Amino acid sequence: MTMQNVESAPHEDAPTTTEVGPLTAPTPPAPNPAADRIPGDRALSAQPSTWVAWAGIAAFLIFLLGILISVVIDSFGTAWFAKWLPEEFTAGWYSEAWSRFELGHVILVTLVVAISVVALSILIGVPASYTLARRQFPFKKAVTALFLLPVIIPPITFGIPLATVMYNFGLGRTVLAVILVNLVPSVPFVIITMTPFIEQINPAIENAARMSGARMRHVFVRILGPILVPGILAAAILVLVRTVGMFELTYLVSGPGTDTLVVSIFRAMTSAGGSEPRPLVSAMAFLYTAMMLITLIIALRFVNPTQLVARVSAGDDD
Amino acid sequence: MTASAVGGTKQTRGTASLRHRLADRGIDSQLLLMVPAIVFILALFVYPFAYGFGLTLQPTEDTVDTWGGGILANYVRFFGDAFTVESVWLTARLAIPAALFNVLVSIPLAIKLKPKFRGKQLISTLLVLPITLGTVLTAQGLLIFAGRQGWLNHTLMNLGILDQPLTLVHNYIGVLLSLIISGFPFAFLLISSYLSGIDPSLDRAARALGAGWAQRFLRITLPLLAPGLATTFILTFVLAFSIFPSATLVGDPSGSTRVLAVVAYRFFGEQFDYPMASTVAIMMGLAELAVVAIVLLGRSFLYKGSTGGKG
Amino acid sequence: MTTSAEEFDTIRIENVGRRFGGTTALQGFDLTVQRGEFIALLGPSGCGKSTALNCLAGLLPLTDGSIHVGDQRVDVLPPEKRDFGMVFQSYALFPHLTVEKNVAFGLQMRGVSRSETARRVAEALRLVRLEDQAKKLPGQLSGGQQQRVAIARAVVIEPRVVLMDEPLSNLDAKLRLEMRTEIRRLHQTLGLTTVYVTHDQEEALSLADRLVVLRAGRVQQIGTPQELHDNPANWHVADFMGYRNLLEATVSSDADGQGRVRIRADDLELVGTAVNPTAAGETVRLAVRPTDLVVQTSQSAAASPVNTIAADVEIVEYQGRDYAVEVRTTGGRTLHVRSDHAPEVGTKVLLTVDPSRALVYQEDLDTATTVAHDTAVPA
Repeated sequence: MTMQNVESAPHEDAPTTTEVGPLTAPTPPAPNPAADRIPGDRALSAQPSTWVAWAGIAAFLIFLLGILISVVIDSFGTAWFAKWLPEEFTAGWYSEAWSRFELGHVILVTLVVAISVVALSILIGVPASYTLARRQFPFKKAVTALFLLPVIIPPITFGIPLATVMYNFGLGRTVLAVILVNLVPSVPFVIITMTPFIEQINPAIENAARMSGARMRHVFVRILGPILVPGILAAAILVLVRTVGMFELTYLVSGPGTDTLVVSIFRAMTSAGGSEPRPLVSAMAFLYTAMMLITLIIALRFVNPTQLVARVSAGDDD
Repeated sequence: MTASAVGGTKQTRGTASLRHRLADRGIDSQLLLMVPAIVFILALFVYPFAYGFGLTLQPTEDTVDTWGGGILANYVRFFGDAFTVESVWLTARLAIPAALFNVLVSIPLAIKLKPKFRGKQLISTLLVLPITLGTVLTAQGLLIFAGRQGWLNHTLMNLGILDQPLTLVHNYIGVLLSLIISGFPFAFLLISSYLSGIDPSLDRAARALGAGWAQRFLRITLPLLAPGLATTFILTFVLAFSIFPSATLVGDPSGSTRVLAVVAYRFFGEQFDYPMASTVAIMMGLAELAVVAIVLLGRSFLYKGSTGGKG
Repeated sequence: MTTSAEEFDTIRIENVGRRFGGTTALQGFDLTVQRGEFIALLGPSGCGKSTALNCLAGLLPLTDGSIHVGDQRVDVLPPEKRDFGMVFQSYALFPHLTVEKNVAFGLQMRGVSRSETARRVAEALRLVRLEDQAKKLPGQLSGGQQQRVAIARAVVIEPRVVLMDEPLSNLDAKLRLEMRTEIRRLHQTLGLTTVYVTHDQEEALSLADRLVVLRAGRVQQIGTPQELHDNPANWHVADFMGYRNLLEATVSSDADGQGRVRIRADDLELVGTAVNPTAAGETVRLAVRPTDLVVQTSQSAAASPVNTIAADVEIVEYQGRDYAVEVRTTGGRTLHVRSDHAPEVGTKVLLTVDPSRALVYQEDLDTATTVAHDTAVPA
């Protein structure tokens, strides 16, 4: 047998993708459009039911964009009543909101909280996912169920007892408390997203590393770590988005000086003695959305949208 | 983790080393990786929960005086007070329709939009947008856009469709709209991903066997999709059940949208009655888990195997 | 490149057993492997062969027994300290490392110097003829190339033993044959000691110095390919070795001095060779290879009345050199026959079988295992 005839064999030339799995796994292979459509199926247009679908999407998008654009215009406008547009435009609401609500500080708190929560939940969650994905041990089912609970029960349900405990320990209204309460849904979230990701990595790869003489520490650092990076990145971004958006839990333990941006906006909208001027709130809300949008644009470079939401699972605020 | 070569060297039966015998039961040093997560869940979830449950059995004197029932006074109050009992109904009345709507509307749309076409990526991206809006901006936007003087009413009245502006905010409808805006994209994308996990050749096979559109949907797609639908329902329901900001901001928090989360928060943050706040919170969790359990029970009767796709 | 490490003469696997919960996957596994030997563990899926290999590798803890390499007890060592190389069915290449770095990994773990690593990696890649692919990622290679990388990665560390877990079963038929030759060539040129797991008897027969046939976690027979091929220890091994015709029959006479017994299967009256002790009246299995059933031409048929079977031709398949023929006896049994000419479907044929090639086995597998015991044959 010579190399030449092996190379010339047609099946040899076609690269297989078996082992790239873990690297590209978060994105299911894009279905070939031609293969997906049944021969004889017409393209999307033409069918009446298609138009119904499009009308539904359109209605949704009208609401969505209406909401977004209203807020943006409101935040730049003065005296907008019962007209198509405000009478004048100004950027003044932004500077006023910035100084009145100490937004610089609020954004700083938000970032500190979000980044700490991401780092801690990855550090706590990923090793646990590895064990859950790879090992059998006593009470595994019970442990798994316990990790699932914080994701499926309402945040208020565990948030109120948790906040009470925080106040008892004198942690009320501290950044630490805000970080800790936000960990409660985040760590299980990381575990739930990372466990299937690790499960689909062929365990033979770790065995191969060990047979090559690598200790467990090396297996983790040199082999598993790099393979897990895409999954960890996706989980991290989603935890970040969720934490920035998390209202209920933060609201229960935060106070002046430790409010995150969402909570500040909520307080501005509901402040006692009549709420703040509407455009002021709009300006803050738009800042929030801009922040989230930037995060999300970065996120979409790593995860596809279907998956983003599939992984948010019981996620988001509200 | 390197596990030095310790352990018994006894011969005969069970000649394997102690390390092997323990490992056989799933116990070895690798389990230490679970320790941080276990400590976390015990300290921040199990303990507070137990503590909160304990609190519910320590009602305030006021509660005991008014409602009686000794240590169970909080529960007597929860079920005795129309204010709280009604909240269960008000919560369900919002969460169940919102979750059902999101799931049911998503199915045909997801099926229609399954094949690739130009602009699909754009639509998917637009659908993720509400995640960035967050509850608070959605609420603010709804107040402006769908308010009495907002663009929506403005347009409808200018077109002569309406004489009087619709009241879409500060009531039940406002909260429902907010739940749909934040929940629908979620349900749609989730169902799309379940749908893409169904091997398209199954549909082709059914078509080749002579099944019509409705038969293919009812007998092939739907049964395979059903477990995914159940999961999607649960997840959107959980989202909708714990609404708090939108119920306060675009709803009528002292009337038609006085959901359990609002009630629990009032006891916690306004009346500082922590025992009663915990009671409402725990009852809220139980009510939600009851619905989830019913759906899960239903799902356990459905087909659970592979859907043959690249799911 | 030769196997180095510490010198050893034998690997002794003694009474190794493995239970998963209540089920026994492997029991009483005894084997002594000589240095330089090529051993194949053969059996159907679930027979315990992969369990045996993983126990040897250290990837599965033993429930019983011990493993020694030379004088060193290795079953108490974690896999990374055993100094074994392993090739996996799924290749198990590190997807994020180039071919070169995959191969270098084991050397880096052993703290081999940079220049030495580079030299040995280049040599290993040359051996598996992948010099040109060194900078590629595994995902860019074909299945056959990936398996070569896996082999290079396993042998570059100059392991004491190379373990191979069905390395060819993910490849297509043509490539499988090529890789088989390749593996045997590497084994010989590098002087490796190899333990090879497969469910493919042809692969095992062509590669191995000795075969170990397993069934239900127990060793059925250990021997050279020739021994197993010609004298299977029980009908299960016979089945695996290509004795496709396994007929239930009843012994009608005790064995004579040469082990010949008369047996009866429906209307067939045959003389066979008893492999296990049998007595008249016992139920047995008759095992005959398709090639040992000779289709008689009309003239010769009359001449040999012994062990003649009349049958109808049902299916004829052309198989390149000869024909695979399926016939049905008058008693309704299906027999598989190889024939150098194609008998017409629907016609009657006469088959004969040499009594020495008609092997008679006890029905019960568990008591009938006369394990041709582990007498190590130097390679």
